Amino acid sequence: MVDLWSGLAQAFWLVVTLDAELVEIALRSLRVTLSALAVACVIALPLAAFVAVKRFRARRFVIAILNALMGLPPVVVGLIVYVFLSRSGPFGVMGLLFTPTAMIIAQTIIIVPLIASIAHQSIRDLWQEYHDLLISMNVTQGQKIRTLLWDCRRALLTAALAGFGRAIGEVGAIMIVGGNIDHATRVLTTAIALETGKGEFALALALGFVLIGLAVAVNLAIHWLGRTEREGAW
Amino acid sequence: MQLFPMTAKGIESRRRGQVLVGPIDLTLDGTGACVVVGPNGSGKTTLLRLLHGTARLSAGQINWACPTDEARHHQGFVFQRPVMLRRTVMQNLIYPLRLRGVPLAQARDRARDWAAQVGLADMLDRAAPVLSGGEQQKLALARALISEPKVLFLDEPCAALDGRATREIEEILTHAKSTGTRLILSTHDMGQARRLADQVLFLLGGRIHESGPAETFFNRPETPQARAFLRGDIVE
Repeated sequence: MVDLWSGLAQAFWLVVTLDAELVEIALRSLRVTLSALAVACVIALPLAAFVAVKRFRARRFVIAILNALMGLPPVVVGLIVYVFLSRSGPFGVMGLLFTPTAMIIAQTIIIVPLIASIAHQSIRDLWQEYHDLLISMNVTQGQKIRTLLWDCRRALLTAALAGFGRAIGEVGAIMIVGGNIDHATRVLTTAIALETGKGEFALALALGFVLIGLAVAVNLAIHWLGRTEREGAW
Repeated sequence: MQLFPMTAKGIESRRRGQVLVGPIDLTLDGTGACVVVGPNGSGKTTLLRLLHGTARLSAGQINWACPTDEARHHQGFVFQRPVMLRRTVMQNLIYPLRLRGVPLAQARDRARDWAAQVGLADMLDRAAPVLSGGEQQKLALARALISEPKVLFLDEPCAALDGRATREIEEILTHAKSTGTRLILSTHDMGQARRLADQVLFLLGGRIHESGPAETFFNRPETPQARAFLRGDIVE
Protein backbone atom coordinates (compact mmCIF):
# COMPACT_ATOMS: atom_id res chain seq x y z
CA MET A 1 0.00 0.00 0.00
CA VAL A 2 2.86 2.36 0.79
CA ASP A 3 4.27 1.76 -2.68
CA LEU A 4 0.92 2.44 -4.23
CA TRP A 5 0.52 5.75 -2.44
CA SER A 6 4.03 6.94 -3.07
CA GLY A 7 3.62 5.81 -6.68
CA LEU A 8 0.50 7.93 -6.99
CA ALA A 9 2.23 10.88 -5.36
CA GLN A 10 5.26 10.53 -7.58
CA ALA A 11 3.11 10.19 -10.69
CA PHE A 12 1.32 13.34 -9.69
CA TRP A 13 4.58 15.27 -9.30
CA LEU A 14 6.08 13.86 -12.50
CA VAL A 15 3.06 15.00 -14.45
CA VAL A 16 2.64 18.35 -12.73
CA THR A 17 6.29 19.30 -13.14
CA LEU A 18 6.32 17.94 -16.72
CA ASP A 19 9.40 15.88 -16.00
CA ALA A 20 11.54 16.05 -19.13
CA GLU A 21 12.38 12.37 -19.24
CA LEU A 22 8.80 11.34 -18.61
CA VAL A 23 7.52 13.57 -21.39
CA GLU A 24 10.13 12.19 -23.76
CA ILE A 25 9.22 8.58 -22.97
CA ALA A 26 5.49 9.20 -23.09
CA LEU A 27 5.72 11.01 -26.42
CA ARG A 28 7.82 8.18 -27.85
CA SER A 29 5.22 5.68 -26.67
CA LEU A 30 2.52 7.65 -28.40
CA ARG A 31 4.52 8.14 -31.56
CA VAL A 32 5.39 4.45 -31.92
CA THR A 33 1.90 3.21 -31.16
CA LEU A 34 0.00 5.78 -33.23
CA SER A 35 2.31 5.14 -36.20
CA ALA A 36 1.76 1.41 -35.84
CA LEU A 37 -1.99 2.03 -35.56
CA ALA A 38 -2.06 4.16 -38.71
CA VAL A 39 -0.12 1.60 -40.74
CA ALA A 40 -2.19 -1.27 -39.35
CA CYS A 41 -5.47 0.48 -40.22
CA VAL A 42 -4.35 1.12 -43.78
CA ILE A 43 -3.65 -2.61 -44.14
CA ALA A 44 -6.41 -4.11 -42.01
CA LEU A 45 -9.52 -2.12 -42.97
CA PRO A 46 -9.45 -2.69 -46.74
CA LEU A 47 -8.48 -6.29 -46.05
CA ALA A 48 -11.49 -6.70 -43.75
CA ALA A 49 -13.84 -5.15 -46.31
CA PHE A 50 -12.40 -7.29 -49.08
CA VAL A 51 -12.85 -10.49 -47.10
CA ALA A 52 -16.39 -9.44 -46.17
CA VAL A 53 -17.65 -8.84 -49.71
CA LYS A 54 -15.53 -11.04 -51.94
CA ARG A 55 -16.30 -14.71 -52.34
CA PHE A 56 -13.16 -16.68 -53.00
CA ARG A 57 -12.01 -20.19 -52.31
CA ALA A 58 -9.75 -19.51 -49.32
CA ARG A 59 -12.14 -17.02 -47.69
CA ARG A 60 -13.14 -19.11 -44.69
CA PHE A 61 -9.52 -20.05 -44.19
CA VAL A 62 -8.38 -16.41 -44.23
CA ILE A 63 -11.06 -15.48 -41.68
CA ALA A 64 -10.11 -18.38 -39.43
CA ILE A 65 -6.45 -17.38 -39.63
CA LEU A 66 -7.25 -13.74 -38.84
CA ASN A 67 -9.30 -14.78 -35.83
CA ALA A 68 -6.58 -17.12 -34.63
CA LEU A 69 -3.88 -14.49 -35.05
CA MET A 70 -5.78 -12.10 -32.76
CA GLY A 71 -4.08 -13.95 -29.93
CA LEU A 72 -0.62 -13.70 -31.46
CA PRO A 73 1.95 -13.77 -28.62
CA PRO A 74 3.90 -10.47 -28.77
CA VAL A 75 7.14 -12.05 -27.62
CA VAL A 76 7.10 -14.43 -30.57
CA VAL A 77 6.34 -11.59 -32.98
CA GLY A 78 9.24 -9.68 -31.45
CA LEU A 79 11.51 -12.65 -31.87
CA ILE A 80 10.57 -13.15 -35.52
CA VAL A 81 10.93 -9.45 -36.35
CA TYR A 82 14.29 -9.54 -34.53
CA VAL A 83 15.47 -12.44 -36.66
CA PHE A 84 14.41 -10.66 -39.85
CA LEU A 85 15.99 -7.35 -38.91
CA SER A 86 19.17 -8.60 -37.25
CA ARG A 87 22.51 -8.06 -39.02
CA SER A 88 22.50 -11.58 -40.41
CA GLY A 89 18.81 -11.52 -41.29
CA PRO A 90 17.27 -10.75 -44.72
CA PHE A 91 16.61 -7.08 -43.85
CA GLY A 92 19.77 -6.64 -41.78
CA VAL A 93 21.33 -4.18 -44.22
CA MET A 94 18.62 -1.65 -43.48
CA GLY A 95 19.93 -1.30 -39.94
CA LEU A 96 16.47 -1.09 -38.41
CA LEU A 97 17.02 -3.23 -35.33
CA PHE A 98 16.88 -1.27 -32.05
CA THR A 99 15.16 1.70 -33.69
CA PRO A 100 11.61 3.01 -33.19
CA THR A 101 10.87 1.82 -36.75
CA ALA A 102 11.48 -1.76 -35.69
CA MET A 103 9.07 -1.26 -32.80
CA ILE A 104 6.43 0.13 -35.17
CA ILE A 105 6.84 -2.88 -37.45
CA ALA A 106 6.42 -5.31 -34.55
CA GLN A 107 3.35 -3.56 -33.16
CA THR A 108 1.78 -3.33 -36.61
CA ILE A 109 2.11 -7.08 -37.06
CA ILE A 110 0.53 -7.66 -33.66
CA ILE A 111 -2.54 -5.48 -34.19
CA VAL A 112 -3.35 -6.02 -37.89
CA PRO A 113 -5.19 -9.32 -37.26
CA LEU A 114 -7.04 -7.84 -34.29
CA ILE A 115 -8.28 -4.80 -36.21
CA ALA A 116 -9.06 -6.79 -39.36
CA SER A 117 -11.00 -9.37 -37.40
CA ILE A 118 -13.18 -6.93 -35.47
CA ALA A 119 -13.68 -4.76 -38.56
CA HIS A 120 -14.62 -7.78 -40.64
CA GLN A 121 -17.43 -8.71 -38.27
CA SER A 122 -19.14 -5.33 -38.50
CA ILE A 123 -18.54 -4.87 -42.22
CA ARG A 124 -20.03 -8.30 -42.88
CA ASP A 125 -23.15 -7.41 -40.90
CA LEU A 126 -23.51 -4.12 -42.77
CA TRP A 127 -22.96 -5.88 -46.08
CA GLN A 128 -25.86 -8.22 -45.31
CA GLU A 129 -28.03 -5.16 -44.71
CA TYR A 130 -26.86 -3.32 -47.84
CA HIS A 131 -26.47 -6.31 -50.14
CA ASP A 132 -29.71 -6.09 -52.13
CA LEU A 133 -29.57 -2.32 -52.47
CA LEU A 134 -25.99 -2.12 -53.66
CA ILE A 135 -26.36 -5.05 -56.05
CA SER A 136 -29.48 -3.43 -57.44
CA MET A 137 -27.60 -0.16 -57.91
CA ASN A 138 -25.00 -1.99 -59.93
CA VAL A 139 -22.01 -0.68 -57.95
CA THR A 140 -18.45 -1.64 -58.78
CA GLN A 141 -16.34 -3.60 -56.30
CA GLY A 142 -14.40 -0.46 -55.35
CA GLN A 143 -17.53 1.64 -54.80
CA LYS A 144 -18.99 -1.15 -52.71
CA ILE A 145 -15.94 -1.34 -50.43
CA ARG A 146 -15.74 2.45 -50.07
CA THR A 147 -19.43 2.66 -49.16
CA LEU A 148 -19.14 -0.09 -46.57
CA LEU A 149 -15.99 1.34 -44.99
CA TRP A 150 -17.52 4.80 -44.75
CA ASP A 151 -20.89 3.70 -43.36
CA CYS A 152 -19.18 1.38 -40.91
CA ARG A 153 -16.87 4.09 -39.60
CA ARG A 154 -18.08 4.00 -36.00
CA ALA A 155 -17.48 0.27 -35.70
CA LEU A 156 -14.13 0.67 -37.41
CA LEU A 157 -13.21 3.29 -34.84
CA THR A 158 -13.89 0.74 -32.13
CA ALA A 159 -11.69 -1.76 -33.94
CA ALA A 160 -8.91 0.81 -34.19
CA LEU A 161 -9.21 1.63 -30.49
CA ALA A 162 -8.94 -2.05 -29.61
CA GLY A 163 -5.77 -2.15 -31.69
CA PHE A 164 -4.45 0.96 -29.97
CA GLY A 165 -5.13 -0.56 -26.55
CA ARG A 166 -3.24 -3.70 -27.40
CA ALA A 167 -0.29 -1.83 -28.89
CA ILE A 168 0.17 0.86 -26.23
CA GLY A 169 0.24 -1.69 -23.42
CA GLU A 170 2.46 -4.15 -25.23
CA VAL A 171 5.95 -4.80 -23.87
CA GLY A 172 7.25 -8.19 -25.04
CA ALA A 173 7.85 -7.45 -28.71
CA ILE A 174 9.17 -3.89 -28.44
CA MET A 175 11.51 -4.89 -25.64
CA ILE A 176 13.13 -7.42 -27.97
CA VAL A 177 13.27 -5.37 -31.17
CA GLY A 178 13.71 -1.95 -29.51
CA GLY A 179 16.12 -2.91 -26.81
CA ASN A 180 14.87 -0.32 -24.27
CA ILE A 181 17.73 2.05 -25.04
CA ASP A 182 17.62 5.29 -23.07
CA HIS A 183 16.77 8.32 -25.25
CA ALA A 184 16.36 6.06 -28.28
CA THR A 185 13.84 3.29 -27.89
CA ARG A 186 12.69 3.51 -24.29
CA VAL A 187 8.92 3.75 -24.03
CA LEU A 188 6.54 3.65 -21.06
CA THR A 189 6.03 -0.10 -20.93
CA THR A 190 9.71 -0.99 -21.26
CA ALA A 191 10.61 1.67 -18.70
CA ILE A 192 8.11 0.16 -16.27
CA ALA A 193 9.63 -3.28 -16.77
CA LEU A 194 13.09 -1.84 -16.17
CA GLU A 195 12.17 0.12 -13.03
CA THR A 196 10.33 -2.87 -11.60
CA GLY A 197 13.41 -4.98 -12.18
CA LYS A 198 15.52 -2.40 -10.38
CA GLY A 199 13.13 -2.43 -7.43
CA GLU A 200 12.03 1.17 -8.06
CA PHE A 201 8.38 0.32 -7.50
CA ALA A 202 7.23 3.86 -6.87
CA LEU A 203 8.68 5.14 -10.15
CA ALA A 204 7.38 2.07 -12.00
CA LEU A 205 3.92 2.69 -10.58
CA ALA A 206 4.12 6.34 -11.47
CA LEU A 207 4.94 5.44 -15.08
CA GLY A 208 2.11 2.90 -14.96
CA PHE A 209 -0.42 5.53 -13.95
CA VAL A 210 0.83 7.84 -16.68
CA LEU A 211 0.42 5.01 -19.18
CA ILE A 212 -3.16 4.35 -18.08
CA GLY A 213 -3.92 8.05 -18.18
CA LEU A 214 -2.49 8.29 -21.69
CA ALA A 215 -4.53 5.36 -22.96
CA VAL A 216 -7.74 6.76 -21.46
CA ALA A 217 -7.00 10.24 -22.80
CA VAL A 218 -6.44 9.00 -26.36
CA ASN A 219 -9.62 6.91 -26.23
CA LEU A 220 -11.66 9.85 -24.99
CA ALA A 221 -10.15 12.14 -27.59
CA ILE A 222 -10.97 9.77 -30.44
CA HIS A 223 -14.50 9.21 -29.16
CA TRP A 224 -14.97 12.93 -28.91
CA LEU A 225 -13.62 13.52 -32.41
CA GLY A 226 -15.71 10.67 -33.82
CA ARG A 227 -18.81 11.93 -32.00
CA THR A 228 -19.68 8.41 -30.92
CA GLU A 229 -22.84 8.08 -28.85
CA ARG A 230 -23.94 11.53 -29.83
CA GLU A 231 -25.73 11.27 -33.14
CA GLY A 232 -27.62 8.42 -34.71
CA ALA A 233 -28.01 4.92 -33.47
CA TRP A 234 -24.93 3.45 -35.06
CA MET B 1 -31.56 4.43 -75.12
CA GLN B 2 -34.43 2.04 -75.65
CA LEU B 3 -34.99 -0.74 -73.11
CA PHE B 4 -38.27 -2.08 -74.35
CA PRO B 5 -39.62 -4.34 -75.64
CA MET B 6 -38.21 -6.79 -73.13
CA THR B 7 -38.69 -10.46 -73.74
CA ALA B 8 -38.21 -13.21 -71.21
CA LYS B 9 -38.09 -16.71 -72.57
CA GLY B 10 -38.59 -19.75 -70.37
CA ILE B 11 -37.07 -18.10 -67.30
CA GLU B 12 -36.86 -20.25 -64.22
CA SER B 13 -35.54 -19.96 -60.69
CA ARG B 14 -34.70 -23.20 -58.93
CA ARG B 15 -33.32 -23.83 -55.51
CA ARG B 16 -32.09 -27.26 -54.50
CA GLY B 17 -33.80 -28.82 -57.48
CA GLN B 18 -37.17 -27.31 -56.63
CA VAL B 19 -38.69 -24.90 -59.11
CA LEU B 20 -39.64 -21.69 -57.30
CA VAL B 21 -40.69 -19.69 -60.33
CA GLY B 22 -41.26 -20.57 -63.94
CA PRO B 23 -41.01 -21.41 -66.63
CA ILE B 24 -42.29 -17.99 -67.58
CA ASP B 25 -42.55 -16.41 -71.02
CA LEU B 26 -43.20 -12.71 -70.97
CA THR B 27 -43.01 -9.72 -73.27
CA LEU B 28 -43.24 -6.20 -71.88
CA ASP B 29 -43.46 -3.00 -73.85
CA GLY B 30 -42.42 0.39 -72.63
CA THR B 31 -45.37 2.21 -71.12
CA GLY B 32 -47.59 2.24 -68.06
CA ALA B 33 -47.67 0.18 -64.90
CA CYS B 34 -47.58 -3.58 -64.92
CA VAL B 35 -48.91 -4.94 -61.66
CA VAL B 36 -47.97 -8.43 -60.50
CA VAL B 37 -50.57 -9.99 -58.21
CA GLY B 38 -50.95 -13.39 -56.63
CA PRO B 39 -51.05 -15.12 -53.26
CA ASN B 40 -48.04 -15.25 -50.95
CA GLY B 41 -45.33 -17.54 -52.21
CA SER B 42 -46.57 -17.39 -55.78
CA GLY B 43 -43.20 -15.98 -56.86
CA LYS B 44 -43.90 -12.24 -57.24
CA THR B 45 -40.69 -11.11 -55.54
CA THR B 46 -38.56 -13.69 -57.31
CA LEU B 47 -40.01 -12.74 -60.68
CA LEU B 48 -39.19 -9.06 -60.12
CA ARG B 49 -35.68 -9.93 -59.00
CA LEU B 50 -35.14 -12.18 -62.01
CA LEU B 51 -36.25 -9.43 -64.37
CA HIS B 52 -34.11 -6.86 -62.56
CA GLY B 53 -31.12 -9.19 -62.67
CA THR B 54 -30.42 -9.50 -58.94
CA ALA B 55 -31.55 -13.12 -58.78
CA ARG B 56 -29.78 -15.81 -60.78
CA LEU B 57 -31.60 -17.36 -63.70
CA SER B 58 -31.58 -21.13 -63.47
CA ALA B 59 -32.86 -21.40 -67.01
CA GLY B 60 -34.10 -19.25 -69.85
CA GLN B 61 -33.02 -15.80 -70.88
CA ILE B 62 -34.06 -12.18 -70.67
CA ASN B 63 -33.46 -9.86 -73.59
CA TRP B 64 -33.76 -6.11 -73.39
CA ALA B 65 -33.80 -3.98 -76.52
CA CYS B 66 -30.25 -2.91 -75.62
CA PRO B 67 -27.26 -4.75 -74.13
CA THR B 68 -28.07 -6.10 -70.65
CA ASP B 69 -25.29 -4.15 -68.92
CA GLU B 70 -26.69 -0.89 -70.24
CA ALA B 71 -30.23 -1.91 -69.42
CA ARG B 72 -29.25 -2.56 -65.81
CA HIS B 73 -27.98 0.99 -65.60
CA HIS B 74 -31.43 2.36 -66.33
CA GLN B 75 -33.33 0.35 -63.75
CA GLY B 76 -34.33 1.02 -60.18
CA PHE B 77 -35.62 -1.27 -57.47
CA VAL B 78 -37.65 -0.43 -54.36
CA PHE B 79 -37.79 -3.12 -51.72
CA GLN B 80 -40.64 -4.08 -49.46
CA ARG B 81 -38.53 -3.13 -46.49
CA PRO B 82 -36.54 -0.05 -47.48
CA VAL B 83 -32.75 -0.32 -47.13
CA MET B 84 -31.42 2.93 -45.69
CA LEU B 85 -27.78 3.87 -46.01
CA ARG B 86 -26.47 4.96 -42.61
CA ARG B 87 -26.27 8.55 -43.73
CA THR B 88 -28.43 11.63 -43.83
CA VAL B 89 -31.42 11.92 -46.13
CA MET B 90 -29.42 14.20 -48.41
CA GLN B 91 -26.52 11.76 -48.62
CA ASN B 92 -28.93 8.91 -49.36
CA LEU B 93 -30.44 10.89 -52.22
CA ILE B 94 -27.17 11.91 -53.85
CA TYR B 95 -25.64 8.44 -53.51
CA PRO B 96 -26.88 6.99 -56.83
CA LEU B 97 -26.01 10.23 -58.62
CA ARG B 98 -22.49 10.27 -57.20
CA LEU B 99 -22.08 6.64 -58.34
CA ARG B 100 -22.84 7.86 -61.83
CA GLY B 101 -20.28 10.65 -61.54
CA VAL B 102 -22.70 13.60 -61.26
CA PRO B 103 -20.87 16.61 -59.73
CA LEU B 104 -21.69 17.21 -56.08
CA ALA B 105 -23.35 20.61 -56.45
CA GLN B 106 -25.62 19.39 -59.22
CA ALA B 107 -26.44 16.21 -57.28
CA ARG B 108 -27.41 18.28 -54.25
CA ASP B 109 -29.71 20.45 -56.34
CA ARG B 110 -31.49 17.42 -57.74
CA ALA B 111 -31.68 15.88 -54.27
CA ARG B 112 -33.35 19.00 -52.88
CA ASP B 113 -35.75 18.96 -55.77
CA TRP B 114 -36.68 15.31 -55.21
CA ALA B 115 -36.91 15.72 -51.45
CA ALA B 116 -39.48 18.44 -52.06
CA GLN B 117 -41.41 16.22 -54.45
CA VAL B 118 -41.76 13.42 -51.90
CA GLY B 119 -42.32 15.75 -48.96
CA LEU B 120 -39.00 15.28 -47.19
CA ALA B 121 -37.69 18.78 -47.86
CA ASP B 122 -37.30 19.72 -44.20
CA MET B 123 -35.61 16.44 -43.24
CA LEU B 124 -32.54 16.61 -45.48
CA ASP B 125 -30.11 16.66 -42.56
CA ARG B 126 -31.81 13.92 -40.54
CA ALA B 127 -30.23 10.47 -40.33
CA ALA B 128 -32.14 8.21 -42.71
CA PRO B 129 -32.31 5.09 -40.48
CA VAL B 130 -34.28 6.96 -37.79
CA LEU B 131 -37.07 8.11 -40.14
CA SER B 132 -40.51 6.55 -39.82
CA GLY B 133 -41.47 3.63 -42.07
CA GLY B 134 -43.44 5.80 -44.46
CA GLU B 135 -40.71 8.42 -44.69
CA GLN B 136 -38.11 5.72 -45.31
CA GLN B 137 -40.14 4.27 -48.15
CA LYS B 138 -40.65 7.70 -49.70
CA LEU B 139 -36.92 8.30 -49.44
CA ALA B 140 -36.21 4.91 -51.02
CA LEU B 141 -38.59 5.81 -53.84
CA ALA B 142 -36.99 9.20 -54.40
CA ARG B 143 -33.54 7.60 -54.30
CA ALA B 144 -34.62 5.08 -56.93
CA LEU B 145 -36.23 7.73 -59.16
CA ILE B 146 -33.53 10.39 -58.85
CA SER B 147 -31.31 8.68 -61.41
CA GLU B 148 -34.26 8.78 -63.85
CA PRO B 149 -34.56 5.07 -64.53
CA LYS B 150 -36.47 3.89 -67.58
CA VAL B 151 -38.03 1.13 -65.53
CA LEU B 152 -38.70 0.93 -61.81
CA PHE B 153 -39.38 -2.33 -60.01
CA LEU B 154 -41.34 -2.13 -56.78
CA ASP B 155 -41.74 -5.14 -54.52
CA GLU B 156 -44.85 -4.55 -52.41
CA PRO B 157 -43.74 -0.99 -51.65
CA CYS B 158 -46.71 -0.21 -49.41
CA ALA B 159 -47.03 -3.52 -47.55
CA ALA B 160 -46.07 -2.07 -44.18
CA LEU B 161 -47.54 1.39 -44.61
CA ASP B 162 -50.78 3.02 -43.49
CA GLY B 163 -53.35 4.63 -45.75
CA ARG B 164 -51.89 8.11 -45.90
CA ALA B 165 -48.35 6.97 -46.63
CA THR B 166 -49.73 4.59 -49.27
CA ARG B 167 -51.64 7.42 -50.94
CA GLU B 168 -48.54 9.62 -50.99
CA ILE B 169 -46.46 6.84 -52.52
CA GLU B 170 -49.12 6.16 -55.13
CA GLU B 171 -49.21 9.84 -56.08
CA ILE B 172 -45.45 9.77 -56.66
CA LEU B 173 -45.81 6.58 -58.70
CA THR B 174 -48.64 7.97 -60.81
CA HIS B 175 -46.53 11.03 -61.51
CA ALA B 176 -43.51 8.91 -62.42
CA LYS B 177 -45.70 6.88 -64.74
CA SER B 178 -46.98 9.99 -66.46
CA THR B 179 -43.43 11.16 -67.12
CA GLY B 180 -42.64 7.92 -68.90
CA THR B 181 -41.14 5.65 -66.27
CA ARG B 182 -42.19 2.06 -66.72
CA LEU B 183 -43.45 0.62 -63.44
CA ILE B 184 -43.38 -3.05 -62.60
CA LEU B 185 -44.97 -3.45 -59.21
CA SER B 186 -46.04 -6.38 -57.11
CA THR B 187 -48.75 -5.96 -54.53
CA HIS B 188 -51.30 -7.93 -52.59
CA ASP B 189 -53.48 -4.86 -52.14
CA MET B 190 -56.22 -5.23 -54.79
CA GLY B 191 -57.29 -1.61 -54.33
CA GLN B 192 -53.78 -0.48 -55.16
CA ALA B 193 -53.64 -2.82 -58.13
CA ARG B 194 -56.89 -1.35 -59.50
CA ARG B 195 -55.69 2.21 -58.94
CA LEU B 196 -52.31 1.83 -60.60
CA ALA B 197 -52.44 -1.01 -63.08
CA ASP B 198 -52.43 -0.76 -66.84
CA GLN B 199 -51.60 -4.44 -67.23
CA VAL B 200 -51.90 -7.27 -64.75
CA LEU B 201 -49.88 -10.45 -64.32
CA PHE B 202 -51.62 -12.96 -62.10
CA LEU B 203 -49.08 -15.40 -60.69
CA LEU B 204 -50.02 -18.73 -59.20
CA GLY B 205 -47.57 -21.41 -58.11
CA GLY B 206 -44.64 -19.69 -59.79
CA ARG B 207 -46.29 -19.38 -63.21
CA ILE B 208 -48.28 -16.71 -64.98
CA HIS B 209 -51.81 -17.97 -64.60
CA GLU B 210 -53.51 -15.10 -66.36
CA SER B 211 -52.40 -11.82 -67.82
CA GLY B 212 -53.88 -8.98 -69.76
CA PRO B 213 -54.98 -5.35 -69.69
CA ALA B 214 -56.08 -4.21 -66.25
CA GLU B 215 -59.66 -3.50 -67.28
CA THR B 216 -60.21 -6.93 -68.73
CA PHE B 217 -58.57 -8.68 -65.79
CA PHE B 218 -60.54 -6.88 -63.11
CA ASN B 219 -63.90 -6.88 -64.88
CA ARG B 220 -63.90 -10.11 -66.86
CA PRO B 221 -61.26 -12.49 -65.44
CA GLU B 222 -61.05 -15.60 -67.58
CA THR B 223 -59.97 -18.29 -65.16
CA PRO B 224 -61.90 -19.48 -62.09
CA GLN B 225 -58.78 -18.99 -59.91
CA ALA B 226 -58.49 -15.34 -60.92
CA ARG B 227 -62.21 -14.84 -60.23
CA ALA B 228 -61.80 -16.42 -56.81
CA PHE B 229 -58.68 -14.35 -56.09
CA LEU B 230 -60.46 -11.12 -57.01
CA ARG B 231 -63.44 -12.07 -54.83
CA GLY B 232 -61.00 -12.38 -51.94
CA ASP B 233 -61.24 -16.15 -51.63
CA ILE B 234 -58.17 -18.09 -50.64
CA VAL B 235 -56.48 -19.43 -53.74
CA GLU B 236 -53.86 -22.13 -53.48
